[in-house]
Amino acid sequence: MAEAAAMAPALCLEGVTCTFPSPDGRGRTYTAVQNASFTVAAGEFVSIVGPTGSGKSTLLNVAAGLLRPSAGRALSFGQPVTGINPQAGYMFQAEALMPWKSALENVAAGLEFRGVPKREALDRAGPWLARVGLEGFGDRFPHQLSGGMRKRVALAQTLIVDPKIVLMDEPFSALDIQTRQMMENELLDLWAADRKSVVFITHDLEEAIAMSDRVLVLSAGPGSRLIGEYRITLDRPRDVAEIRMTPQFLALHKEIWGQLRDEVLKGYAQTKLR
Amino acid sequence: MRSHAKRLPSRPVILLLQVGVLVGFFLLWHVLTVTTNLLSPFFFGTPLAVLERTFKDFASGAIWYHLGITLLETALAFGIGTVAGIAFGFWFARAPLVSVVFDPYIKAVNALPRVVLAPIFALWLGLGIWSKVALGVTLVFFIVFFNVYQGVKEVSPVVLANARMLGANSRDLFRHVYLPSALSWVFSSLHTAVGFAMVGAVVGEYLGSSAGLGYRIHQAEGVFDTVGVFSGMLVLTIFVVAIDTVVTLVEKRLLHWRPQEAQTTH
Repeated sequence: MAEAAAMAPALCLEGVTCTFPSPDGRGRTYTAVQNASFTVAAGEFVSIVGPTGSGKSTLLNVAAGLLRPSAGRALSFGQPVTGINPQAGYMFQAEALMPWKSALENVAAGLEFRGVPKREALDRAGPWLARVGLEGFGDRFPHQLSGGMRKRVALAQTLIVDPKIVLMDEPFSALDIQTRQMMENELLDLWAADRKSVVFITHDLEEAIAMSDRVLVLSAGPGSRLIGEYRITLDRPRDVAEIRMTPQFLALHKEIWGQLRDEVLKGYAQTKLR
Repeated sequence: MRSHAKRLPSRPVILLLQVGVLVGFFLLWHVLTVTTNLLSPFFFGTPLAVLERTFKDFASGAIWYHLGITLLETALAFGIGTVAGIAFGFWFARAPLVSVVFDPYIKAVNALPRVVLAPIFALWLGLGIWSKVALGVTLVFFIVFFNVYQGVKEVSPVVLANARMLGANSRDLFRHVYLPSALSWVFSSLHTAVGFAMVGAVVGEYLGSSAGLGYRIHQAEGVFDTVGVFSGMLVLTIFVVAIDTVVTLVEKRLLHWRPQEAQTTH
C-alpha cells in the first residue's frame, strides 16, 4: 500500500468539470472547466497556460481541495482529495499574507498551525527568510515590503511546511519583469534543491516554457478543455532570462504559440462580447 | 516637486498658534465680561473665577472623588460594551440566519435615542453607578458590534484560503485571522467608543445621581452657579482630552502593522 502511494502521481485530475451558477442569476449556469484530465508526476514541474477566463485557477483550486468539482475527481498521491489537500502548498495570485503578522510571523504561521510551539516556529522561520533573500526583514509588516518582497515571504511561507506538491497561481504576474525573472530563477533553484512537484499556472507562455518540464494548454472558456501537451526538453539548470535566446526555446515557443494564439483570440472575442 | 506647495510651519510654531487661540478665547471672554461688562458675569461667569474655582477644586481634592466615579463608570461601560459587542459581532457574522432574523431589530434598537433609556435604567438599577454604566453600555455596544461584524465579514477570502492551505483549523482561523481582523476595526473605532462610554456616564449622572462630574454640573446649574457649571465643563474637557491621549497611545501600539500615510524624514 505504501509502495503504491509512492508510485502514484503527485496529482491526478480525472474528468474534472466545474459548473458555477451564472453571476447574472436566473438559474443559468457557467461551466468553467470541462472534462479536464491530467497527471503530475512526483518531482515534475508542470505549467498550465491558457487565455484569461479559461479556468486555470479553478483547476488549481480543485487540486488544492478548496473547490469541489461538479464532476470528476482529484487524487493526490493516490488519495482522493476531499477537503483541504494536506500534501499541497498553495501560492496565490493575490495578496495572501496576514497583514497583522510580521514577515517572520507570516512564514512561521504554517508551522504554528501544525502544532509547533511558537518560539520554535519563529526560530525555524528565520533561515527560510534568509533563503528567499530577506534576512533582516523579519520584523517588517507586509505593507512595509515591496511587491516582490511580499512574494518572497509568501514563497517561504508556502515552502516551510514542506508540501509534497506546490500549486502556484500566477504568483509573479504582478511583478515587474526584472524582479520577476529574478524570482523565477530563485524558484528554480529552490525547486532543484528538493524536487517537489509543482503545478504552475500562468498566462505567460515564455515563463511556462522557461520553467517547466511539461506545458499544458487550456482552450478558451467557457467549458475550457486541455487541448495540448508539450514536453520541454531544455537542459537544466536554466537561467530564465538567457534560455529565451536559445534556438530550442524559440522553436518550442513557436510551436505552442501556434496553438495558444487561436485560443487567446477566442478568449479575447468572448470578453469583448461581454 | 511643486505638489506640496502648501507647506505647514514647524511643530513648535503650530503649538504656539494653538496656545494663542486658547489665550485669545479667554482674553475675549475676560474683556466681554469684566472689562466692558457687555455680558453679565452672573450669566457668563468670568474666566479668572472659573480657573480659580477649578484650581481650588483640584487643590482641595473635592473634585477627585467625582472624577474617579465618572472614570469608573466610563471604564466599566467601555469594558462591558466592548466585550459584549465583540461576542455578539462574532456570533452574528458567523451565523447568517441569526444575523438575518435579528437585523431589523438591531437597527431599530440602534436608531432609538439612548437618552430616553436613562430614567428606565435609574428605575431598574438605582441611582448608583450601574444605571450610568448601563446607559454607556447601550451606546458602546452597538459601535463595537457593527465594527466587529464588518471586520469578520470583510476578512479577505484569499487570506482565509491561504491560512487554511497552511493547515489552520477553525480555532487557528479564529485566533490568527478573524480576531485580528475584527480587532483592527474595533480599535479604529476606539475613540468613538470611549467617547460614547463617557457620554453615557455623564448624561446618566446629570439625569439623576449623587456623585460624578455630571452630578457636579447639575448641582451648580440648580443654584445658578454659572462659574461652577463652566468649571465643571472645563474639568470634563481636560478629562476627555486626557482619555483621548491615552486611547491614541494604545491605538498606535496595537495597530502598528497598519499602513500609515507615506512620509519622508525631514
